[in-house]
Amino acid sequence: MSVDKATVRRIAHLARIGVEEEELEGLSGELSSILNWIEQLHEVDTENVPPLASVNHATLLPREDVVNDGGDPDAVLANAPERHDDFFAVPKVVE
Amino acid sequence: MSAGELAGLGIAEARRRLAAREISSAELTADCLAAVEAADALNAFILKTPETATEMAAAADARLARGDGGLLEGIPLAIKDLFCTNGIATTTASRILDGFTPPYESTVTEKLFAEGAVMVGKTNMDEFAMGSSSETSAWGPVINPWRATGDNSQRSPGGSSGGSASAVAAGLALGATGTDTGGSIRQPASLTGIVGCKPTYGRCSRWGVVAFSSSLDHPGPMARSVEDTALLLQAMSGHDPKDSTSADVPVPDFAAAIPGDLKGLKIGIPREYRVDGMPDAVETLWSTGADWLRAAGAEVVDISLPHTKYALPTYYIVAPAEASSNLARYDGVRYGLRVAQADVNDMYAATRRAGFGAEVRRRVLIGTYVLSAGYYDAYYLKAQQVRRLILRDFEEAFERVDAILTPTAPEAAFAIGAKSDDPIAMYLNDVFTVPGDLSGVPGISVPAGLSAEGLPLGLQVMARAFDEETMFRVAGRIEDAAGFDAKPAAWWRGES
Amino acid sequence: MSANGQDLIQGASGEWEVVIGLEVHAQVASASKLFSGADTSFGAPPNSQVSLVDAAMPGMLPVINRICVEQAVRTGLGLGAAINRVSIFDRKNYFYPDLPAGYQISQFKNPIVGEGEVEIELADGRTQTVGIERLHLEQDAGKSLHDQHPNLTYVDLNRAGVALMEIVSKPDMRSAEEAGAYLRKLRAILRYLGTCDGNMQEGSMRADVNVSVRRPGAELGTRTETKNLNSVRFVEQAIHYEARRQVDLIEGGGQVVQQTRLLDTERGITREMRSKEEAHDYRYFPDPDLLPLELEEEMIARIRSELPELPDAKRARYVAELGLSDYDAGVLVAEKETADFFETVAAGREAKTVANWVMGDFFGQLNRSGLDVADSPVSAAQLGGLLDLLDDGTISQRIAKQVFETMFQSGEDARTIVEREGLTQVSDSSEIEALIDTVIAENPDRVAEIRGGKDKLVGWFVGQVMKASQGKANPQLVNQLLRDKLLAG
Ligand SMILES: [Mg+2]
Ligand SMILES: [Zn+2]
Repeated sequence: MSVDKATVRRIAHLARIGVEEEELEGLSGELSSILNWIEQLHEVDTENVPPLASVNHATLLPREDVVNDGGDPDAVLANAPERHDDFFAVPKVVE
Repeated sequence: MSAGELAGLGIAEARRRLAAREISSAELTADCLAAVEAADALNAFILKTPETATEMAAAADARLARGDGGLLEGIPLAIKDLFCTNGIATTTASRILDGFTPPYESTVTEKLFAEGAVMVGKTNMDEFAMGSSSETSAWGPVINPWRATGDNSQRSPGGSSGGSASAVAAGLALGATGTDTGGSIRQPASLTGIVGCKPTYGRCSRWGVVAFSSSLDHPGPMARSVEDTALLLQAMSGHDPKDSTSADVPVPDFAAAIPGDLKGLKIGIPREYRVDGMPDAVETLWSTGADWLRAAGAEVVDISLPHTKYALPTYYIVAPAEASSNLARYDGVRYGLRVAQADVNDMYAATRRAGFGAEVRRRVLIGTYVLSAGYYDAYYLKAQQVRRLILRDFEEAFERVDAILTPTAPEAAFAIGAKSDDPIAMYLNDVFTVPGDLSGVPGISVPAGLSAEGLPLGLQVMARAFDEETMFRVAGRIEDAAGFDAKPAAWWRGES
Repeated sequence: MSANGQDLIQGASGEWEVVIGLEVHAQVASASKLFSGADTSFGAPPNSQVSLVDAAMPGMLPVINRICVEQAVRTGLGLGAAINRVSIFDRKNYFYPDLPAGYQISQFKNPIVGEGEVEIELADGRTQTVGIERLHLEQDAGKSLHDQHPNLTYVDLNRAGVALMEIVSKPDMRSAEEAGAYLRKLRAILRYLGTCDGNMQEGSMRADVNVSVRRPGAELGTRTETKNLNSVRFVEQAIHYEARRQVDLIEGGGQVVQQTRLLDTERGITREMRSKEEAHDYRYFPDPDLLPLELEEEMIARIRSELPELPDAKRARYVAELGLSDYDAGVLVAEKETADFFETVAAGREAKTVANWVMGDFFGQLNRSGLDVADSPVSAAQLGGLLDLLDDGTISQRIAKQVFETMFQSGEDARTIVEREGLTQVSDSSEIEALIDTVIAENPDRVAEIRGGKDKLVGWFVGQVMKASQGKANPQLVNQLLRDKLLAG
């Protein structure tokens, strides 16, 4: 599978990673060679093999419905790059 | 007592001396801190925490004096900078976390500190644990204390827990935490001549550990002996209700499981681990290791793990896919780096561009690609299916054998920069460790010999899920038989 | 309105049928969030109900809330739906400042609840079944405030991580009225079940409306999704506007584009959402931080056994057992609070009388004061007390209405008011006879007319006597005594 420059641009946008126009060529080559290597998986017969998302040795244990967290806006906001009052602030989003 | 002598003690021995009040944690910690100060050339630490360490040591001494010391009371450890530490900057070796100080403590470090451990600093690593050489750090590469015979060029300690590995190997701390996603504890342990253990998935909580690949990330210990590693794992393990994937199983006394012969145990030698281009020394060490286990009473048998060669490509779909999602939270909104832009999407793109290094960006792009519409089935779903086959390989093997012996890594420490331009060559370093992460079975690397160039080589023991006891016992016999006591020459000691 | 009761749209080129499906986001009634222990209550100061998990701090992990799971199961059972014993949480990946992790934990391929249905009633008395496609659990996002600063958006994460049930209907609705009836009915069911408070103003229920148009009976057309509508009126408004817009667009030679739209509630129009313009690729995959959710059969059985009586069953019972009309029963069950209120008053009392009072004076007063049943100053017990006074003859019907008004103003018990104001009905015949004699004495002309055969004037005398008694005289007694005096001789 070769990943062309347009695909790199699309993927980079989906991932919100800035990519310069000059980099596209190089990235396209790198990603293509990795994907080509990965494609040896297609040799494996996986007919009727159920996918394994995670090796789990646990069963999902629920929490009880009690309020025992939150209530400390300063802890939440302390690391904010931009804070206005008790809000996080970001460049204006146009809906 | 000469400088570094205390820092060079094993944990078990230091515990004995601390308990006997022959030494204090303050002295032991001061010796480690001095060693750390003199080892800047290794670039093993992102953040040194001498003041915290001194306070913790004093508190440990007070508890020791009262006779209520914990399992690791007063023992100085190095903490991989992937573990969030309350009130202490945590960077995961990335610019994206510039200025971030977590207001919380990871479960694993909390458990270690609750047992009295002392933190000397946060160790350098591959950015977001993505790498096998500890070269992708925003703070520059970690240097292996080991050098090849007659060659002063700098070697990589492996990665991603390279800072922890170098710190332990160079005697800057008595042990360390690491995380293993594709081999990131075991491979650097092998390359630096120490012991590193990746426990069963679910044994150690991931809460508070910066996530790389959630289904593959395994926190675990690194130390200079099998017993020390067992003690650390003991303190780090246990069910954590804050991590839904944490297993609610009892934590045995791992160190107590080490002694004893291997009578009645079957050890498997997987034929698929004999890969092309493996150096003779690795090949020879592997068969020597099998001989040692036979001599200790085990029966050694050939086994097959047929999907081994597909483990790496499976890993390079699963890990980047999960990472692409796990790293989406680094968006410049709530913490860490923000590169100002007038438009919010431009802000994201500029922040993530500046904050992530090249390897992280590459993996996020790959992960985004394999999950994207039209490619999910061909890549991600396929990888999940092959992952099932890899797990089945292990389940079937463990019906026949009690443990599996392999080399840890296909080669000894390589030169800094040797693989930087070839991602796949770098990935191949994890060929023997990745299957353990995909299947979740425990694995340990034990230093067992030296390469032709005089660099350490490790052997890996894997066992059934939650049977770390067998893993430690087999590892203990390798340690005994190998008698590995080589030390790197202390070339890094600055004349400060 | 066509023969089968569907609203068809009259276009320049003929009739069009509107096809509507709703995705309703209902906030699960729970104290804490879906995956964290932070508070869910409404109206707290910004970022004060945010755990580090909700803020997606590095290394934080989700742990599922037992009650949220049970509420989803309860809702599924209430909708007559299949409960899936194993369901899976997936990550839906996209960037938005109020989505802290860069993904929403949701359920994609394997939701907790499968197909079910909702029965709706329409104004003309028709009932209709709307299919439920699925119900899944997911996290809410935070709140973005775009109007607080000229070039910044403010983000409050209090809502981030609150549990939502997304209830997806089949495209079974054909008019705004049907969609409105469906939404009201769904809301009522959730409130009966106690799984969502249904408070649409506070955003506890929001609907995304999918609208397409087609020639009657033709293949489905391309749909648009108008998001986040928090009232029945807005849903209806959006449907009216979108249906008309799409018909005009197609008839003008254009094509409907599948897109996400917003309702401008002031202008009553929809417009494309700028932030959703790009083609979306959510890259769903199973959340590796969460294992598959496996439900025990016993848990499902327990919840099933605890299900309350739902509006349809209640309505049928009111008709069959209480003898109410279908219409009255329908009105009384439409809101859980009303039904609860009615049942409390009706316990041990005559159901039809109670129904008349609840739907008459009680609703009338509530409407005039703009109050809900829950905020009524007159409790069910107090209304019952009033009806008891009426029933045992202590007060007359007219006095009862007057007392009720006072109760509504003051919140006092009926008996207190009756006693203080001396409103007890006079049934003492000598007292009434004295009043009658006075009235007769003052109106000799009319007495003569009655005696001359104008019997109907008795009613006028009853009124005068009642007035003279300030309404307290027992009207039956007044009537009887007047007849005796005026007609007997
Ligand atoms: Mg929707
Ligand atoms: Zn939704």
